[in-house]
Amino acid sequence: MRLESVSKSYLHRGRTVAALDNASLEIAAGDFVAVVGPSGSGKSTLLLVLGGMLSPSTGKVHLNGHSLYELSPNQRAELRRQKIGFVFQTFNLVPYLTALENVQIPLYLAGLDEAAQKARAATLLERVGLGDRLDHKPAELSIGQQQRVALARVMANDPEIILADEPTGNLDPDTGQQILDLLAELNREGRTVVMVTHDARAAARAKRTLRLQAGQISSASN
Amino acid sequence: MHLRKLVWREMFERRNQLATSFLAILLGIAVVVSIKNITFYSEKAVARQLDALGANILVLPKSVSLQDYYSADMQNDEFPEEYVQRLAMSDLQGLDNLSPKLSLPVKLKDRGFTLTGILPKSEFQAKAMWSGAGIFTRPAAGCGTVADVPGASRPEAKETLVRQRVIEDLSGTEVLIGADVATLLGTKEGDSLDVLGRTFTVTAVLPETGTVDDSRIFAHLHTVQELAGKGPVINAIEIVGCCKEISDGLVSKINKLLPDAKVVTVTQVVDTQVKTNGMMSRLSLIFLGIIVLVGGASIANYMYANVYERRREIGTLMALGAGSGVILKMFLLKALLLGLAGGVCGYVLGTVLAVALGPRLAGIPVLPMPVLVLWALGISILIALAASYFPARRAARLDPCATLQEV
Repeated sequence: MRLESVSKSYLHRGRTVAALDNASLEIAAGDFVAVVGPSGSGKSTLLLVLGGMLSPSTGKVHLNGHSLYELSPNQRAELRRQKIGFVFQTFNLVPYLTALENVQIPLYLAGLDEAAQKARAATLLERVGLGDRLDHKPAELSIGQQQRVALARVMANDPEIILADEPTGNLDPDTGQQILDLLAELNREGRTVVMVTHDARAAARAKRTLRLQAGQISSASN
Repeated sequence: MHLRKLVWREMFERRNQLATSFLAILLGIAVVVSIKNITFYSEKAVARQLDALGANILVLPKSVSLQDYYSADMQNDEFPEEYVQRLAMSDLQGLDNLSPKLSLPVKLKDRGFTLTGILPKSEFQAKAMWSGAGIFTRPAAGCGTVADVPGASRPEAKETLVRQRVIEDLSGTEVLIGADVATLLGTKEGDSLDVLGRTFTVTAVLPETGTVDDSRIFAHLHTVQELAGKGPVINAIEIVGCCKEISDGLVSKINKLLPDAKVVTVTQVVDTQVKTNGMMSRLSLIFLGIIVLVGGASIANYMYANVYERRREIGTLMALGAGSGVILKMFLLKALLLGLAGGVCGYVLGTVLAVALGPRLAGIPVLPMPVLVLWALGISILIALAASYFPARRAARLDPCATLQEV
């Protein structure tokens, strides 16, 4: 995964705000990168640009040799489905679906038949310790359980890259630790993990840390 | 998981919000189905009443005007009886009944009457007024006639059968006489009557109609032709034509078929039929327009609100790899299900309303019309899909970043 002189600016109340400013970056396969920085420094923008969700104003983003933003929106969606998993701070589970059905969504999008979807979703939920909560809706699960469902959903299509936005931001320390353990485990399996976080302890679990300041990658540490 | 389940679960979860749109389409379709159902039977009832006025198309010799026909009904010009066959054998649609006639002036006891030759069955079927009086049965079906509706008054069966047999058996020596003829000549059923040197048996005295028919003596057409000594000719063909076909140019088609005859419509009858049907159609159209506007606006409003409310969910699905096609289908399938449910339930409610209220409001019995379920479904689904298309397209084009503001 590679960013080449990427800039992204927004027009906010008549003023141009630079979220990313000539940022260049290379993330090797299997890396575990924490992105830290103050609010508004461009962390979220970086994650969206890496995930093919937000086209940069200038510069290029390469993923496995593809120039991501030279693909059509639907081709990018297809690439996301195959290779990228998003973890959100507020989990973004579909509220009217059960835990099992939430995990089935990416499998449905991948075209699996329902029996195969159910089998794989159940296996994944068991892996995150929710084998006994398959038919619970998000509102019937604790915050930590919801984030674990979200992680099971991320793993559904076996993505090469996991982009996590404050995955422990809403969790108590113990539950947050469990989520970080899961992310570390996924990384050990060979997946690339990019995690935006404010939490220094969470960042310490990464192999390296990027610091964003005013849209620029100001420092990087291992 | 599949698209239907995803859509169904969401609809069920937010059923209270959906209820307003569902009610709008349900009530709209119910009202239109109800009006169409009552209108259909109301039109039939009107047609039945107008049918009682008799023929609405006349085929006359070229030189004769409609005024001549009504003032005398005995113009001197004739045309060949073969014209009737030509019409009967043609592929023209909407000819409900043909009644060839030949009329001659006759004097009986120094009073002037009209001897009218008819081909019995067709002549009497065209005179629905008599049928309504319980004298003759009417044709089984046709546009100017109505299939029996349960609850509608029907002629007394026994009398009808007896009369029908008499008409079908009308021979060369039998006549039917109008009410005035019977009164003025003091003749009753079973009596003999001498006309133009031939003796006939009076087989029936027709009830008073208040028209020129009261002073007619009806005999078999071929007998009258013999008495006239002019060969197989007639001087008029009365036709009960279907209103719709008349509007669609039936008269000019008959004109083409019979270029040597004059074809005229009895405009008042036809106009009344056309106007009545037109009024009913316009009423349906007005309501349909209201339904399209109110139902469509309600659904569009709901869908826009639904898209706004679900933008985070849409963004999540996009992040998980859903393309714009999946999002578009998700909302259009929801609209389809809404239209389907609204159409079916609207049909059921509308039919119940029509059957229950029809007799009270229009004074006519109304029966369910299964064909309207297709119509209701078509309209309902079309409205739902059309109203949802732009909200669905907006959902499919949402910027996933804007929907996932936390990221």
